[in-house]
Amino acid sequence: MLLEIRFHGRGGQGAVTAANMLVKAAWISGLWGQGFPFFGAERRGAPVAAFARISDKPIRIHCEIRSPSIVVVLDERLLTLVDVTKGLVPGGWIIANAKRRISEVLPKSKHYKRARVDATSVALSIGLVMAGWPIVNTAMLGALLKATGIMPIKSLISACMEEWSGKMGELNAQAATRAFNETVIEGD
Amino acid sequence: MSTIKILTGNYAVAWGVKLSRVKVIAAYPITPQTTIVEKIAEFVENGEMDAKYLMVESEHSAMAATIGASATGVRAFTATSSQGLLYMHEMVWWASAARLPIVMAVVMRALAPPWSIWNEHTDLMDQRDTGWLITLAENNQEVLDSIIMSYRISEHEDVLLPSIVGLDAFILSHTLEPVEIPGQDLIDEFLPPRPPKPFTLNPENPITHGGIVTPEYYMEFRYLIEKGMENARRLIVEVAKEYKNITGRWHGDLVDEYKCSDAKILIIVAGATAGTCKEAVDVLREKGFNVGVLRLRYIRPFPSSIVRERVSSVKSVVIIDRSYSFGGGGIIGADVASSIYGSNGGPLIHDYIAGLGGRDIGVREVERIVEETVRAMESGEKGIKTLWFDLKREVLE
Repeated sequence: MLLEIRFHGRGGQGAVTAANMLVKAAWISGLWGQGFPFFGAERRGAPVAAFARISDKPIRIHCEIRSPSIVVVLDERLLTLVDVTKGLVPGGWIIANAKRRISEVLPKSKHYKRARVDATSVALSIGLVMAGWPIVNTAMLGALLKATGIMPIKSLISACMEEWSGKMGELNAQAATRAFNETVIEGD
Repeated sequence: MSTIKILTGNYAVAWGVKLSRVKVIAAYPITPQTTIVEKIAEFVENGEMDAKYLMVESEHSAMAATIGASATGVRAFTATSSQGLLYMHEMVWWASAARLPIVMAVVMRALAPPWSIWNEHTDLMDQRDTGWLITLAENNQEVLDSIIMSYRISEHEDVLLPSIVGLDAFILSHTLEPVEIPGQDLIDEFLPPRPPKPFTLNPENPITHGGIVTPEYYMEFRYLIEKGMENARRLIVEVAKEYKNITGRWHGDLVDEYKCSDAKILIIVAGATAGTCKEAVDVLREKGFNVGVLRLRYIRPFPSSIVRERVSSVKSVVIIDRSYSFGGGGIIGADVASSIYGSNGGPLIHDYIAGLGGRDIGVREVERIVEETVRAMESGEKGIKTLWFDLKREVLE
């Protein structure tokens, strides 16, 4: 099993941290992982990408991800601003932080599955805000785990508590759990 | 007790330096190396490392300060990349010819112009004649382990030459992987404090070192460096074995072989792309190609006799060279060719220049390269040929 995942976010929104936290949660689940940013300069607010590989075996491959099976979008507007389905393998997932149905924003397609959660509202409602920005990355990982079931949510919660001490860890764990519960799988 | 941490390649370097109980670090920041020295500075600042961290104004000074520290007998470290490494180059020569067992991490990055922060190996290869031992890691675990092993090898009195541990820009430096951190007690036993032999700078017992030598004796100094290199071949093997005994991990010694024993086609490669090649080998073997990977773990000393032996038992060889010598050819290609001079018959060798300036090398590219070489061999092509892989011809016209 080798899963390749791409995260779309905005610079400063935590796409790289999302990829890294997924790798940490994978390790807790007994899986191997590899996380890396888009190789280049990033600017706050501009569209950015980050990547992760998850496998049940050590990961030897060291190259870019061109055909992800899961795409996670941290900002609803990026659904139309960048080509989020680029390279997405048939039968793969688009998982978005969105208030609207993804099928209202992206053209309907039989080639991929869709899941959404309003991660911005989740973050704001529990006060997970930094420098004026709601932190949605851990919530979106909750949505990813709900949609795909690749590892248990408790691994992600443990990873959050290990990564951030005190209240920050608790808030991120809470965001992940709430988003996990509120994720909607879109039917056709 | 060993623990697992999820680390970037750069943090794996910092952990290797911490475990090696390095006493002096002097460095100057440069992308993509910076987070190595940031992490070490943090270790020193919060008391986790008992070391002196020197802020310097350039890479030239970074190596000069590292040389000064090492000459007094302490364990010293620096790290750099690309333009910084070239700026340091004069002092890189000084360190090896002064026989100082420094370890330096080089995050391998392309050279300007045009400006590039991305991966290739030319900056590292540019140091290949300096008398440093040069190893390239395949993954972050090997990065950490190689830093520790390098001090053991470099400080051995039969070697006394510095070591570079090369890691690919971004592909390792900024990629997170699970890394096992060996227990400090284990490493303390494996790597005791640096022996003060054969001499160190000491005001109680003043000596002169590095003064002028007339043509009568200079060559002998150079010959002794080569003797150190030759001894390093043996030490690299012994130390890798000993490290395996205490940690259970084996990354190879001078080389790392993957499915080579029955291979008819051999991929020769160095650095992180080797992992991608191993994945490609599994795909290609399912398609009926008998492929193996010979990863050059060291490029200095160059594993000539192993290369010669492996190459002489296959029909074709694919080299993936992430560096180039203008007017000469692929750098690993040239070393492979000289290693096999005089072998009977000899296989077809395709030396692919690929991945310069960070251009991605994926499993599919490795498959294409191997299949193209097999077709050339079957059509009767012989000898060695340098090929620039996937050049955009349209922008060259």
